[in-house]
Amino acid sequence: MTTPSLASLHGNRACAAGAIAAGCRFFAGYPITPSSEIAEQMSRALPRADGVFIQMEDEISSLAAVIGASLGGVKAMTATSGPGFSLMQENLGYAAMTEVPCVIVNVMRGGPSTGMPTRPSQSDIMQARWGTHGDHPVIVVAPASVQEIYDETIRAFNLAEEFRTPVIVLYDEVIAHLLESVVLPQRDTVPTMTRKWASGEETTFLPYAATEDGVPVMARPGDGHRVHVTGLTHTPDGFPTQRPDLAAKATQRPLDKIELNRDRIERNETFDTEDAEIVIVAIGIVARAARRALQELRSAGLRVGLFRPVTLWPFPEDALREAAAKARCVLVPEMNAGQLALEVERIVGPKRVARLNRIDGEPITPNDIVRRVREIAA
Amino acid sequence: MNDILEAPFDVRDYLRLEMMPHFMCPGCGHGIALRCLLWAVHELGIDKDKLAIVCGIGCSGRVGAYIDANTYHTTHGRPLAFATGLKLARPDLTVVVITGDGDCLAIGGNHLIHACRRNLDLTCLMLNNEVYAMTGGQVSPTTAIDRLTTTTPHGNAEPTFDACRLADAAGASFVGREVTRQAPALKNVIKAGLAHEGFSFIEVMSDCTEIYGRKNDLGESPEMIMSQKSDMRPEAFGNVADEPFRANRLRAGIIAQNDRPEYGSVYRQRAAAEQAKAKAKS
Repeated sequence: MTTPSLASLHGNRACAAGAIAAGCRFFAGYPITPSSEIAEQMSRALPRADGVFIQMEDEISSLAAVIGASLGGVKAMTATSGPGFSLMQENLGYAAMTEVPCVIVNVMRGGPSTGMPTRPSQSDIMQARWGTHGDHPVIVVAPASVQEIYDETIRAFNLAEEFRTPVIVLYDEVIAHLLESVVLPQRDTVPTMTRKWASGEETTFLPYAATEDGVPVMARPGDGHRVHVTGLTHTPDGFPTQRPDLAAKATQRPLDKIELNRDRIERNETFDTEDAEIVIVAIGIVARAARRALQELRSAGLRVGLFRPVTLWPFPEDALREAAAKARCVLVPEMNAGQLALEVERIVGPKRVARLNRIDGEPITPNDIVRRVREIAA
Repeated sequence: MNDILEAPFDVRDYLRLEMMPHFMCPGCGHGIALRCLLWAVHELGIDKDKLAIVCGIGCSGRVGAYIDANTYHTTHGRPLAFATGLKLARPDLTVVVITGDGDCLAIGGNHLIHACRRNLDLTCLMLNNEVYAMTGGQVSPTTAIDRLTTTTPHGNAEPTFDACRLADAAGASFVGREVTRQAPALKNVIKAGLAHEGFSFIEVMSDCTEIYGRKNDLGESPEMIMSQKSDMRPEAFGNVADEPFRANRLRAGIIAQNDRPEYGSVYRQRAAAEQAKAKAKS
C-alpha cells in the first residue's frame, strides 16, 4: 500500500482497524452487544499481526488481562458496553493508579442495568469520568463518525502511551453500526507513540518518579529493573505508604499529569459559533444531527452554532467558554436524562443552559433539535 | 545473577531486604511458603529478571512485595486474570501467582476455574489460612465447619471447598498440596509445579495463628501446623486414594498431573499457521 486507501467500514470495524494501526497487539474481551464486532475483528486480525486475542470469562478479567499485557510491554485494549463497563471500573481504577497505558472502548447502549442492548444511548458520559472510586485521572475521547472512530482510536493509544493512563473511547450504538467511507492512511504514516521505557542501565531508578511532564518512565520486566507495582497508594519507589505528605503527593501527581497537559489532550470542533446566539453542545451521533439542524436553522436566518468536544474528558472548557462567549443560550441535546449538561452548566453557568434529552432508545434527530432551537428563539 | 545460581540457596539473594522487617504476624505460615517458593526458584535456576510474581489482595497479596523480582500487587481476586494477560504477552517470563483462599476461591473463583480450563503456563500458589485475616478474621470458603470467625460468631455452618479437587475437576494439568510444616516437601511440590508446562495449582496449607488460631483456641503455630500435618495423607509416601496411609481428610504431594496441551503454545502455533496461510495467499 503506497497511497491512502478508501474503505467502507462500520464504526466497530474501523475501531479495530485503528487499534491495529496504532500498534495494539493484545485484546482481551467478553461478548456484549453492541460492541462484539470489535472483538470478532481483533480475533482475526491479531494472530496475523503477531498479537494475541483472548476471550476472557468476564469483563473484570478482560481488563485485568489487558493491564497484565500492558505491564509486559504490549499495547493492549478491550471493548465493551454499559454492563461490562460497570464491571471494568475496578480495574480501570487500578490502571489509573498504577499508570498502566490501556484503551477501553465503550459502545454506549440504553441503561441502566441490561437496559436496551441494541439501542443507542449516551448515558455513560459521567460513568466514563467518575465510574471508578477515588480521585483518579482519565482521558475520554468521543468520536462522531466512522472516520473519527478510526482516527480517535489511534489517538487514544497515543494518549495512553504518552500519559501512562487508561483512555476510554466512548461512542454510541448508532455510529458503531453506521457504514461510512473511511480513509485508511498508509500504515507507516500513522503517527504512533510509545511510552518512555527505562533502559535498565540506570543506576538509580524510581518507577513512579515524575519526569518533566509529570509522567513516570516505565520499567519493562526482563530489562533489569525489578520493580513493584501496586494499587495501594505508593511513593516514587513503587512501595505503599500511608504517610499523609507522601500520600497527598502520590494522589496529586497523576491528576496533574492530565491537568497540566490539557493543551496536548484536548480536541474540539466548532461550527458557526463566531456570531452564534445559540450554541449547541453535542457529541457522537447527536452532533451529526446538530450539524444537519444547523444548516436548516441558518438558512432560516437563525444564528446558531455548534461546539463538539472530541476529547470529552478532560472537557475542553476554555474552548467552550470562548465559543459560547456571545451566546445567550447554550443548548445541550443528549441521549440521556442530562449528563453533559451538568458539565456545560459548570463551565458557562446554569442560567444560559437549555436541555434536550431523549431516553427512549431512539437517536435525537435533526428535527428534534430544530424544534427545540425554534422554541428557544421564539 | 549466575553467581547467585551457582551458590547454595540463600533466601536473602531473592528478597528485597530493604523491605524488612516484614509485616507478617509471628507464627504465620506465609513466610515459610515464601521461602519454599524462592528455594524452588533457585534450584530451577530461574533468572530474577525474568520472574514475575502476581498477587491479589489479602495477607497472601502482600507476600510478593518482599521478592526481588518483577512484582505485581493487583486487585482482589484477579491476579490470575492479570497473569493471563502478562504470560500471553510475554511467554519468556516465568509467571507465578500468589493468592489466598478468599482471593482465589471466593471473589476469584471464576478466574480460577477458567485458568484451570485454559491451561496457560502459570504456577498458582494458593496460601490457605482458612480465614480472611487481613480484614480481621472473617469466614472464608475454606474455613472448617463449626469454626469461630468474626462473621460466624455461632460457628461456621457452611461446607468448605476442597481447592485441589476443584482445580483438578476444572482441568488444571498439575495439582499439588503441601503443609508448611514440611518445607522441603513443599519446596519440591512448588518446584515440580514451576517445571510443569501448563497451569499448576498448588495449595499451601498455611496457618493464621494470631487471628484464626487464637479465636478457635488452636494453640500456637507449632501445634496448628502439626495438627494440619496429621490431617494429611501424604502421596509422597506412595499412598493412593483407595489405600490410605491415614484415614484423613486431605491428600498431599502431587495430586494430579497430565500433559494436556499448554494454551499459549497452542495459540502461537495456530497464529503461525494463519500467518503462513496469509503469506501463501499474497
